[in-house]
Amino acid sequence: MSERAQMRTPLGRVRGLGAAHSGTGHFWHQRVTSVAGIPLTIAFIIIVIALLGRSHATVVQVLGSPLVAIVILLFIINMAYHMWIGMQEIILDYVHADLLKLMALLANTFYVFAVSLAAIYAVLKLSFGV
Amino acid sequence: MAELEAGTPARSRRPLSPHLQIYTPMLTMMMSIAHRVTGAALYLGMLLLAWWLIAAATGPNAYGYVEWFMGSLIGRLILFGYTWALMHHLLGGVRHLIWDTLHGFEPAEREMLALGTLVGSIALTVVIWAIGYLAMGGPR
Repeated sequence: MSERAQMRTPLGRVRGLGAAHSGTGHFWHQRVTSVAGIPLTIAFIIIVIALLGRSHATVVQVLGSPLVAIVILLFIINMAYHMWIGMQEIILDYVHADLLKLMALLANTFYVFAVSLAAIYAVLKLSFGV
Repeated sequence: MAELEAGTPARSRRPLSPHLQIYTPMLTMMMSIAHRVTGAALYLGMLLLAWWLIAAATGPNAYGYVEWFMGSLIGRLILFGYTWALMHHLLGGVRHLIWDTLHGFEPAEREMLALGTLVGSIALTVVIWAIGYLAMGGPR
């Protein structure tokens, strides 16, 4: 341990970014998105319950109304980032083979972008009604 | 560096630190595992949300199909599991936020928080579904 400490440059120690070069950034962002996720999740559940069993026309109208659409967009964006960090953490914990790890990390990014962009697009389409 | 690379085969022969299978299952440990499992489940659950929104944006037929699936027995089971996973992960997250303030690490507090996460998540799930059925005007 002490040998390793000596191998780090003074600048590296001061920066404190570690091997991933991003320090505790993801740790902090996971906390920020978890705090934001609490009220957004509660709001999301209320919206879903309010739309249970409603006609398609009503659902379109409610989901496309500004307040509801903004809340759902915030929910999707917040959770997309939260789950991207979370899945990356899981992958880094369990997948050690270089190539497999790289592919898993890429797949995580692709999946999160695809599924969240699809959901965001749908909300925007409902909002602007094109 | 060369020494490090040459040492790679030897590395695999080093003893590993004990992992999950050596420990007696404890509530705090099970809730920690559940937090990760529910997180991964919700990761896939985002597909359901996207499907619902895309169907609503597509038209009445697509939306009707989602409604039919979500209303089926399998659909309801998935949604019930989704609700529980969401509540468990949310309460587990609150538990982590409490720990982040350096509170709740005493043995009794840890047990209380773990038990609270489990009981709270089940209770909230049941309450949400009760409200959901009431909002729909009774079970269908």
